[in-house]
Amino acid sequence: MKSIEPSEKRDHSPVLVFTYGNPSRGDDAIGPAMFYLLERYIEESNERDNVELLTDFQLQIEHAVDLEQRQGVLFIDASQSSESPYEFHQLQPQRDNSYTTHAMSPAAVLAVYRQINRQQPPPSYMLTIRGYEFGLGQGLTEQARWNLQQGFDFVKKLLSTNVESWPKLKQF
Amino acid sequence: MTSELETAEHPKGLKRTVIEPLTRVEGHGKVTLLQDEKQNIKQARLHISEFRGFEKFIQGRPYWELPVLVQRLCGICPVSHHLAAAKATDMIVGAAELTPTAEKIRRLMHFGQTLQSHALHFFHLCSPDLLFGFDDEVRHRNIVGVIEDEPEIAKQGVLLRKYGQEVIRVTAGKRIHGTGAIPGGINKSLSKDEIKYLKRDIGQVIEWAQQAVELVKRIFFEHYDYHMSFASIDSNMLSVIRNDGAFEIYHGGLRARDEKGNTIFDHIDYSCYGDYIREGVKNWSYMKFPFITSLGQENGWYRVGPLARVNNCDFFPTPLAERQRREFTGTAEGRTVQSTLAYHWARLIELLHCSESIAELLNDSDLYGNELLNKGELQCCGTGVIEAPRGTLFHHYEINDDGIVKKANLIVSTTNNNQAMNESIRKVASQYLDGNQLSEALLNQVEVAVRAYDPCLSCATHAMGKMPLQINLVNDKGELLDRLEKRASGEINRTV
Repeated sequence: MKSIEPSEKRDHSPVLVFTYGNPSRGDDAIGPAMFYLLERYIEESNERDNVELLTDFQLQIEHAVDLEQRQGVLFIDASQSSESPYEFHQLQPQRDNSYTTHAMSPAAVLAVYRQINRQQPPPSYMLTIRGYEFGLGQGLTEQARWNLQQGFDFVKKLLSTNVESWPKLKQF
Repeated sequence: MTSELETAEHPKGLKRTVIEPLTRVEGHGKVTLLQDEKQNIKQARLHISEFRGFEKFIQGRPYWELPVLVQRLCGICPVSHHLAAAKATDMIVGAAELTPTAEKIRRLMHFGQTLQSHALHFFHLCSPDLLFGFDDEVRHRNIVGVIEDEPEIAKQGVLLRKYGQEVIRVTAGKRIHGTGAIPGGINKSLSKDEIKYLKRDIGQVIEWAQQAVELVKRIFFEHYDYHMSFASIDSNMLSVIRNDGAFEIYHGGLRARDEKGNTIFDHIDYSCYGDYIREGVKNWSYMKFPFITSLGQENGWYRVGPLARVNNCDFFPTPLAERQRREFTGTAEGRTVQSTLAYHWARLIELLHCSESIAELLNDSDLYGNELLNKGELQCCGTGVIEAPRGTLFHHYEINDDGIVKKANLIVSTTNNNQAMNESIRKVASQYLDGNQLSEALLNQVEVAVRAYDPCLSCATHAMGKMPLQINLVNDKGELLDRLEKRASGEINRTV
């Protein structure tokens, strides 16, 4: 079966930015909030052919299919444990040894990609933005909003640079 | 039955074992096992605390927002909440019936949702237990382990789930936060290109679904006695049923049967659910304990979900699933199938039925019809009930004159299974906990029992950096005897 493919299958944009989180769970909304910031930015900067944005509540096995034919992938998520305002690092495929694979790590999604495609995934990076409160019905905390803005500025810098140069970019 | 274990007579003199959170289960749960000085299990309780706030989250919002808003309750089954809320708001806007186009597109969406959810559960969450056995090395029991050893099966799981997601995307308009169902109908029909796109792979999906049922049967029969007895409990069964007794997951009356298959009630209008089902409370749990009113709380608890649905229906309206149902119910020798692990088998029969039903619907010209909405006189309340992948899901709303929700009551599938999960845990713990040492094997067996229900203990918060598992062993004096911590990397540390 080759045709069960990502939404509205077409020529893939070279860069995929995948944000995730629940918009109604406090600072878990950092991911979807970043999606909306980037959506406007990409529209205004005419980057639609180069960058595709996707968002979801959490990562799952089928998201490995979304990575196909990309030159680079950037995952963006809230984190309760990262440095403030954010951390950025390159990902490697890794078997997810955690039990809770219902919320897969990006590295585990890359591992699924490698297994089902029998090839290495595209160069992939993780941007985790520090969050603090994650209760149902809560909004973003003030500190998370500030972190989100810092992260957004950093992503703009990434998207204006070739993927090959991403590892050289400094965080702050 | 082990219900006498729920509350010990003198709990202060007991040793407490805490297992939290459950793994490969949505959200966080905690299991507490209390032992006496002879190391017998005296109490077993499944604590789930994450359902607080659902109703409050909804109150004060306009009713027309509900089908979209409630999707944020759960990142795993947003479509179930979407459709249950849409059905409740159909009643509120006075739409006694939907147009054929609206109803069939909603059904298609629901079949897609159930297919992808069941595919995720079998291939991703539970098949590692079944394929490799409960005692397999822990890190080998996740999906990546399956992919490594059974790459074709794993790939089928990924692509089956992807297909279900595509059905949702096409019918709901978006991958997530879809707006397809609205009060009184839907907001768009399908184009011929969309139907053609979905038709392209449905033959393959049916073939894989058939193979999956054969696989689970093979596994089940290889260790038949063990699979039939593990965490097995006698329970009543509740589900929605079609007017003619056929299997139904979108719309129908309520049917309840006891463990012998005797009917307790049948074809009940679900808007009267409060006359037949009550929600009991216990002082140690935030989650309620629903029961069949006429039987009382002690005897009236029930199971929902695939096991209940396949047991309760008289037949499947699709031929391949019906053939499988006959074989399934044939194992019960005139009773209902009560094996907890038979949930997996029933789930895959449903997956097959969903794939057959999707194929049928894709040939129905109503899918690209133009009549999308029905409306009538505004009502002050509405109830929507569907069979979500995990079981019967109730949404009940009351609104004020301005259309604002003033009261909401949700009974989610996992709540319906609350008592049953407790009973299954007690059964396992009574059989397998030996001595005062926590073991990874016991933990896994408790989790295997709970996972069979496919519970969704919470919703989609998933922020990185959380500790996925901690087990504490505390004696009757409150002293911590033992603690195991399992990190996201799979590393296990004993910290006492």
